[in-house]
Amino acid sequence: MKRNPRQIVKGMWSWFDEVTGVPGWLIPLAKHPVPHARKSAWFYVLGSATLLVFIVQIVTGISLASAYVPSTGEAYHTLAFISTTRFGSIVRGIHAFGGSAMVILIGMHAIRVYLFGAYKYPRQMGWLTGVALLFLVLGMAFTGQLLRWDQTGFWSVVIAAEQAGRTPFIGAWLGHFILAGDTAGGATLSRFFALHVFFIPALIFFFIGFHLYLVIRNGISEPPKVGNVVEPKTYRRWYKELLDREGIPFWPDAAWRDAVFGLIVIGTIVTLAVVVGPPALGKPPDPSIIGASPRPEWYFLWYYAVLSLIPRWSENYVIILGPAILIVVLVLLPLVACKGERSPFKRPWAFGIVAFIVFMIAYYGTVGHVAPWSPRMNAPPLPASVVGVTTGPIAAGAEVFHDKGYEFCHTISGYGGIRGPDLSYAGDRMTPAQMETRIYSGATNMPSYNGNISQQQLSDLLAFLSSRRRRPVAPAILPKPSK
Amino acid sequence: MNPDSIQASEPSPCETSRRRFLSRLSVLLGSIAGAIVAIPSVAFLLGLRKVPSVWRTVGKLDDFQIGNTVKVAFLDPSPLPWAGVTARTAAWLRRTSEQEFIAFSVDCTHLGCPVRWLPDANLFMCPCHGGVYYANGAVASGPPPKPLPTYPVRVKGGMVQILTSPLPITSS
Repeated sequence: MKRNPRQIVKGMWSWFDEVTGVPGWLIPLAKHPVPHARKSAWFYVLGSATLLVFIVQIVTGISLASAYVPSTGEAYHTLAFISTTRFGSIVRGIHAFGGSAMVILIGMHAIRVYLFGAYKYPRQMGWLTGVALLFLVLGMAFTGQLLRWDQTGFWSVVIAAEQAGRTPFIGAWLGHFILAGDTAGGATLSRFFALHVFFIPALIFFFIGFHLYLVIRNGISEPPKVGNVVEPKTYRRWYKELLDREGIPFWPDAAWRDAVFGLIVIGTIVTLAVVVGPPALGKPPDPSIIGASPRPEWYFLWYYAVLSLIPRWSENYVIILGPAILIVVLVLLPLVACKGERSPFKRPWAFGIVAFIVFMIAYYGTVGHVAPWSPRMNAPPLPASVVGVTTGPIAAGAEVFHDKGYEFCHTISGYGGIRGPDLSYAGDRMTPAQMETRIYSGATNMPSYNGNISQQQLSDLLAFLSSRRRRPVAPAILPKPSK
Repeated sequence: MNPDSIQASEPSPCETSRRRFLSRLSVLLGSIAGAIVAIPSVAFLLGLRKVPSVWRTVGKLDDFQIGNTVKVAFLDPSPLPWAGVTARTAAWLRRTSEQEFIAFSVDCTHLGCPVRWLPDANLFMCPCHGGVYYANGAVASGPPPKPLPTYPVRVKGGMVQILTSPLPITSS
């Protein structure tokens, strides 16, 4: 008997169906009815886009892991090697931008679910598994940038250990647990590699599976409508009637939007990877190179800024309690507010809370990027064009201003740090006596220079600072310092 | 045959208690199997590398001038073969007299960033949050909660040696 290829494929397919049952289960699953979201339909693409980028991360991650050596001595060199190959550099770029994309998308997805009230009955567990995924993604982001194992990667581990050290009772042990011993050394990187490549991804797989199972079991939430109040007793029946009345098959009526948005997201990530390239490798992870100024990645900059700006006494509490309170609030949300109105127009505070969070992250992220609290230790000596003279006490004072470290914290005419007040016009604001007092006494964020500056240096410095005026004053008429 | 039609027969009371016993037995055996794998795996993870303190030579006595504070680099007490440059560590070392030295940790007591010595200013300054320490390690300004830790130093056979210590972690 002769059969054409089409019949052969069909025969194989029905054999596969008969022995596994997968097609008979998968096709109805793909075509399961979802609510007709109409104008809100594009809001529903964020979750699937997060999943797609996660798959991108798995593919690029496996690709990178095939060349990366997780040893403190070799990791840096293997990354440098990967970056020198044409496609290795692109894959690194995709993985790095993909990591940022995951943080953005999972955040946007959480905001969408919160605004739509989709965490209410019967989808509370969907929210809770999502919260677990959010923190796991942040865990991936942190451990990922650390695997770069350049200077910033190394100091990230030390700073993480120091932060963990603030935990009551077990702090010191926890800090050394992160380091895998007494010092940051050979054993440190391997455990972060294991976390990033095995442990956290395994948990993510589990929670994604659970999350998707819940989406199928409880159905995609319908777009909220003012007056459609969630009542646990009747909701499931009401939802089923809604689907019977106006449901559309997920595949392909809703899924095409996921495909469009997914391609846009992945296209953007790959384009950035090709055009911008992967994050540059810093100096080698040699702890004896002291010039490091470690900074977190953008997604943790806001937290870095908050920790830097809060009152000092509250630091120990905020480092430990801040994240703990965030977790508690996110966990309690669907348990406490499990029914009632879903529409954000009936929950106006929801808009307020989202606006507040987005503002905090954006504002403090910017502040963290500028990091005004960090001294600018690479500030060059003030040029003659700023000082105005090249000899005499004012010029000598400008040198003292740089050499004694004042310039690292104070700006003069655009040079120097912004830790302390701008001293471009110090001469207009303070008398030499006031300056002298401040220099000797110091302040909360300024060291006292008592015993640390000679009379000559002080007198030059005061001459220099007093000459910083909107309208320059001839040096001859400047007042002499006391004593 | 439709798999859904496979059903266990209605149990007798004797059968019920037998099944209860078997389910408990299975859970117990499973837990034992899990525990004998989990205990060594977790214990290995929790077992942190304790290293003995050792004296590391950082230079000849004559290499250091009295009053100068310099960075010295030396190896971890017991570097692992694959540790590479990460096995190195550093300290700020000052010769205070003919035979006396003082060595400061490079890790800021605030969050562990590497502090720098400003020789002209006679201060240690941290690039992360602007913590400043006086030349004696005392906090001058900024967020550090504690003075810079010091390491024991000795002069032996004309060589300057530092006693290695665990990474100092400031706990609350």
